[in-house]
Amino acid sequence: MNDSMIIGQYVPGQSLVHRMDPRMKMTIIFFFVIVVFFANSFGSYGLLTLFAFVSVAITRIPLSFILKGLKPVWFLILFTFLLHVFFTRQGDVLFEIFSFPVYEEAIEQGVKISLRFFLLILLTSLLTLTTTPISITDAIESMFHPLKKVKFPVHELALMMSISLRFIPTLMQETEKISKAQASRGVDFRSGPIKERVKAIVPLLVPLFVSAFKRAEDLAMAMEARGYQGGEGRTKLRELTLTKEDIAALVLFVVVMVGVFILRT
Amino acid sequence: MQISFKNVSYIYQPKTPFEYKALQDLSFTIPSGSFVAVIGHTGSGKSTLLQHLNGLLAPTHGEVEIGDYKIQADEKNKQLKSLREQVGVVFQYPEHQLFEETVYKDIAFGPTNFGVEKDEIDDRVERTIDSVGLSSDMLERSPFDLSGGQMRRVAIAGVLAMEPSVLVLDEPTAGLDPRGQREMMDMFYQLHRDQQLTTVLVTHSMEDALAYADYVLVMDQGQLYMEGEPLEVFHQKEALNDVGLDVPEIIEFITKFEQKFDTSMQYTNQPLSQFAEQLKNKLKGGHHDE
Repeated sequence: MNDSMIIGQYVPGQSLVHRMDPRMKMTIIFFFVIVVFFANSFGSYGLLTLFAFVSVAITRIPLSFILKGLKPVWFLILFTFLLHVFFTRQGDVLFEIFSFPVYEEAIEQGVKISLRFFLLILLTSLLTLTTTPISITDAIESMFHPLKKVKFPVHELALMMSISLRFIPTLMQETEKISKAQASRGVDFRSGPIKERVKAIVPLLVPLFVSAFKRAEDLAMAMEARGYQGGEGRTKLRELTLTKEDIAALVLFVVVMVGVFILRT
Repeated sequence: MQISFKNVSYIYQPKTPFEYKALQDLSFTIPSGSFVAVIGHTGSGKSTLLQHLNGLLAPTHGEVEIGDYKIQADEKNKQLKSLREQVGVVFQYPEHQLFEETVYKDIAFGPTNFGVEKDEIDDRVERTIDSVGLSSDMLERSPFDLSGGQMRRVAIAGVLAMEPSVLVLDEPTAGLDPRGQREMMDMFYQLHRDQQLTTVLVTHSMEDALAYADYVLVMDQGQLYMEGEPLEVFHQKEALNDVGLDVPEIIEFITKFEQKFDTSMQYTNQPLSQFAEQLKNKLKGGHHDE
C-alpha cells in the first residue's frame, strides 16, 4: 500500500471522536463544509482552525501523521495560494518578485483561500480516519431512510457501498501481489518510456479482473447460501444511538458556527 | 548463487501508527546449490524474507547479498533487473498471475522481458513445459481453459523459462490434492538436482521440509528462531511447539517408539520401506534377546 496516502484509511482508536455516532459526525462535517465558505475575517478563520485542531487533538492521531498523509494535497494547496498571490491586484504593492508586483490583498486572499481548502480536507479526512467504512454506510443508510417512501433503494445502495468499500483493501492487496509477481518476471512498472509502461499494465489488469469477477461470484453464492434476500425485515447488529456525548459535540459545534457568523465582517 | 543476510531488519510503514517490524536483525547464509526450507507460523516474517531475495523489498537496515548482487538500505539498486532474471520466484497461487491469450505467450513473457532471443525462447518454452509435466499440445490453448493444477504448472513454467539459478518457492503446493502436492514437490526436487538450482522453499508442511531440504530455517516474530539440518531441528519438539510448529509425523512416531521400547533408531530420511525393514529387525532382534 502507498505509505503516504491516508485518505480513506481508518486508524483504530477509543477517543471521543471515534466513539461518536457516525451520523452526528457526518452532519457536523456537512455543516462545517458550508460554514467554511462563510468565513471571511481572520477571527472567523481562526475559530474554525481552532475547532479543527482541537478535533484532531481529541482523536489522539498524531498531527504529523495526518499532515504527512495529506502530502498529495499540499501541492494543490500551494498552487491555490500562488494563483491568488499572483493574480489578485488590490490594495498596496508589498514587494516585487522578478518585477512582478505582489499586492497586500493578494497575500491575504492567498492565505485565506488555501486555509479554507486545508480545513476542508483536514476535517473530511478526520471522518474517514476515525470511522470505519461500515459505520459510514450504516449512517448513510439510516440518514437516507426517509427516501424509502419514494421508492429509493436505500438498502441496496448502502449494501453496494459497503461491498465496494469492503473490497478496496482486498483489491489493493491483490494488485500488490500481482504486480510483485509480474515484477519478478521482469516487468518494469517504474521506469522506461511511457508506451512501455502503459503496456506493463496489461499483465496487471487481466489477472485483477479475473480475480475480481471470481470474488463477486463467490460472494453472491455465499450470500445466497446464508439466506440473504434484501433489506426487508432485516435487523441490525449495531444499532446507531445518539448519546449525550453526541449532543454535547453538536452543541459545541453550533456555538462555533454562531461564533463564525458573529466574527465575520 | 550464495545468499546471505547480514543483520537485516525490515519495517513496514515506519513512523506511522501502522508501523510493523516484520524482520529483526536477521543473519544467515544459504550456500550455493543447497535446498533450504524456511518454516514458521503465519506472520513470522517468511513472506517478507522471501521478497528480499529478488529485491522486491530492500532492507530497512542491514544488507542482503545474492551472488554478486548487494541490496542495502537507502541505496538505489540499478541491477535489479538482472538480479530478477537470476532469482525466479514462484509466489503462492502462481496461477493468479497468468494473463496471456495462450500458454505459449505466458511462458515466454518472462524471458521476453529479459530480452532473450526469439529462437532461444522457443527452445526454453518447449523445455520448460516438458519439465513441469505438461504436453506441448497445450501451448496454443488459453491458460484460462486449463484446470487449476495445470494452470499452476504453466505459471511455474513461466518462472522456470527465465532459467534462474536461484528458485524461490512460496508454498508451491497450497490447494493441490495430496497426489498433486507430491508430484509438484518431486518436480522441484528434480529441477534442483538436475540444474544445481539453489532452492529456497517457504512452507507450512514439516513433512516437505524434512523430505526435501538439506537445511532448515525456523522463523518466529521476524527473528531467526532456530536453524540446522532437518533431523536436528525436528528433534527439538518442545522448542518447535513453543512457536506453534509441529514435528513431522514420522519423527513423532520414532520418538514415541524409542521411548516405549527404550531403544534408538537410525533415521536418516531413508525411504519408508527401508525404514519398515529396520523396524522389523529391531522388533525381532529385541524379541530374540529376551
